[in-house]
Amino acid sequence: MCLAIPGQVLEIEDAIRPRMGRVRFGGIQKRVCLEWIPDVKIGDYVIVHVGFAISKMDEEEALRTLELFREVDGALEELKIPEPGDHRGGAWPTEGDTDAIR
Amino acid sequence: MDKKAVLDPTTGLSCPIPITEYKNVLLAHGGGGRLTQQMIQRMFLPSFRNEFLEPLHDGAVVPFQGVRMAFTTDSYVVNPIVFPGGDIGALAVNGTVNDLAMCGARPLYLSAAFIIEEGFPMDDLWRIVRSMETASRNAGVLLVTGDTKVVDRGKGDKIFINTSGVGAIESGVDIHPKRVKAGDRIILSGPIALHGIAIMSVREGLEFETRIESDTAALHELVTTMLGASKEVHGLRDPTRGGLASALNEIAEAARVGISISEDRILIGEEVKGACEILGLDPLYVANEGKLVAFVDPGETDRVLAAMRRHPLGKEAAVIGEVVADHPGTVVMKSRIGGRRVVDMLSGEPLPRIC
Amino acid sequence: MRFVDEFRDEVLARKISEELHAITTRPWTIMEICGGQTHTIVKYGIESLLPVKITLVHGPGCPVCVTPLEMIDKAIAIASRPDVIFTSFGDMLRVPGSSKDLLAVKAEGGAVRMVYSPLDALMIAKQNPDREVVFFAVGFETTAPANAMAVWQAKRLGLKNFSILCSHVRVPPAMEALLSSRNHRVQGFLAAGHVCTVMGYGEYLPIAERYRVPIVVTGFEPVDILQGIAMTVQQLEAGRAEVQNQYARSVRPDGNVMAQHVLMEVFEPTDRRWRGIGEIPMSGLRLNGAYSEFDAEARFDLNEIRALESSLCIAGLVLQGLKKPQDCPAFGAACTPESPLGAPMVSSEGACAAYYHFGRVDFKFQI
Repeated sequence: MCLAIPGQVLEIEDAIRPRMGRVRFGGIQKRVCLEWIPDVKIGDYVIVHVGFAISKMDEEEALRTLELFREVDGALEELKIPEPGDHRGGAWPTEGDTDAIR
Repeated sequence: MDKKAVLDPTTGLSCPIPITEYKNVLLAHGGGGRLTQQMIQRMFLPSFRNEFLEPLHDGAVVPFQGVRMAFTTDSYVVNPIVFPGGDIGALAVNGTVNDLAMCGARPLYLSAAFIIEEGFPMDDLWRIVRSMETASRNAGVLLVTGDTKVVDRGKGDKIFINTSGVGAIESGVDIHPKRVKAGDRIILSGPIALHGIAIMSVREGLEFETRIESDTAALHELVTTMLGASKEVHGLRDPTRGGLASALNEIAEAARVGISISEDRILIGEEVKGACEILGLDPLYVANEGKLVAFVDPGETDRVLAAMRRHPLGKEAAVIGEVVADHPGTVVMKSRIGGRRVVDMLSGEPLPRIC
Repeated sequence: MRFVDEFRDEVLARKISEELHAITTRPWTIMEICGGQTHTIVKYGIESLLPVKITLVHGPGCPVCVTPLEMIDKAIAIASRPDVIFTSFGDMLRVPGSSKDLLAVKAEGGAVRMVYSPLDALMIAKQNPDREVVFFAVGFETTAPANAMAVWQAKRLGLKNFSILCSHVRVPPAMEALLSSRNHRVQGFLAAGHVCTVMGYGEYLPIAERYRVPIVVTGFEPVDILQGIAMTVQQLEAGRAEVQNQYARSVRPDGNVMAQHVLMEVFEPTDRRWRGIGEIPMSGLRLNGAYSEFDAEARFDLNEIRALESSLCIAGLVLQGLKKPQDCPAFGAACTPESPLGAPMVSSEGACAAYYHFGRVDFKFQI
């Protein structure tokens, strides 16, 4: 649980309650309830579950999360991870490995 | 749920389908996945068993006076009957033409039988008939016989169409799952899941910024081009109901081979991807109506691929994987992040999920 | 798609996988309690990217799977009534009750309709004033506010023909129940990112402390899951037991307060039976006094519906991570996704079903 995907807010219908809006997911637009994101603005990304926006995407946090593991070498120095290229052989699975079949 | 044989009170004979397996037919039995296969394997095949039925291919290849003929039938019950990119009439012609093409046959003649619900608007019927005329003219097939029935209002969902077709297979052409062997490359002719999502978009009222249209098309000329490049096309399948996953599983099962594919080689349009995300559908299981998957000798793959890419219906053709000796009967996919998983046969209806 | 594709990046996934191989020195058992996360794990083949020493256990995170058999039977009884239009999310339609599922009811002529949002069910009620419209309200705390909103709206609009069959469950009590069971093997948890988006993660702090387990609030894309696992393993290797938030782009410590308000306006905690586990106190949600008129169980006279679980099913042991699906004698034989005997085989996020569909070939690579 639970399927919820991020979409971009295109329109906000302020006049009615609960507040609704139009959100774009990839190339699809859907009408979504924005009632629980009181400070939502056009252009924001929201996470939508069963037709309701449950949070606003924090873009800075998103980037920070992605950066966290891009800097793996520096961040985990103390654990003495091997140099890139100096990996234990065959660490990355390749097509040629045999699979054990249950 | 116990497995017990059921005794028919009138004949005293035991029913071969265990009572657990559904007292009533379900939608899933027509879904193209596991239940459909079960019904075929446990009811139809044993009842009618013969050498021409056994292969359970899209069409049967039967000998007739020194020529190999392909013979196929299909029924079209789609709702909505009109959808972006086509209608049930176009589907009915192209679908049957394609089944013949998947046998390597040149499609020749079609029949069309209509079961129409009382009250169906005549204008809609005209539209469908014109659509079928256009499709059969484009495909170079003649509609030579037909039938019409009308049923009471409420007893049929607007219109059902059955088309049957015959075609001729040239000598030297032998397309059959048994020819598929380890090492063969698997070519997919273009992006998947268009038809199923186009249908869903009407049913579920999804609004797309660019219209998603069904990819319904007759594939026989593409097949001719491919066979012209090489006769070492061992297997062909059009991934309709049950999607690419089901088609690959069927071949893996029929040929007793393993199949290995890569998710990042399978083309999916942005909007189709978005629709699948929202609905929680896996595009591998969504229907296609103008695509084929081919199993080609590794030495001939480049040639066949080049030929496909010169044809409008194959311009985005790509190798998506290969046939392997490991895990026979099972399809394995390398996901886009590099992990591996089994791509199973469709179970039940591909229902959208929230979870 | 933005904020989706970046978290499906192969290079990033590979990096995290390599890091995991580097830092894992001992065997660890980690559980995720979220059907959506189970789905991602199997769909992307994440287990094939983990070091052999890490075992993932798929916990009872699928509200579909943990819905008691009686509840399904009650749903079927209601849906079979000619005066009812029964509405449900797709997930529930294929769950078998004692003798059939909702799809079979539809095949027999019942008005069973799939909806994507509880607001759709409300719309159907408005459009069909002469029929009773019942919505199968299943799900964790992620879905509960949306269902609460539908009920709240129904009351505001004075709708007399709308009711919900409520089988909501809450995650923290289930986690505690698992951790207090004597033989459990789970050493760390991935907490459900969207449940926490709504509820925040305050409820997990006392659990992490009391039971000394790291709990990492995790998202749903493959990079999220790998990161969540890596953060959990980092804690385990260092002997820490804290609550961390991997899914910070969506989850705030307090969650979504407005969604919580709707939830608490309409629902209250109650004891609930979890299929395959048993009764867990205060682990469910039910309509509170002000909204009890919308409770379908009260509105429809359902004679004491009792259901018997299969004696072959070892769901409880699987859900706690004590047994693997393939350890069960019925697995793949009497019990398959087409004819499931118990909870974890029921939907594709259930541990047994996930294993059946995706796990039959073993992809672990020896490092």
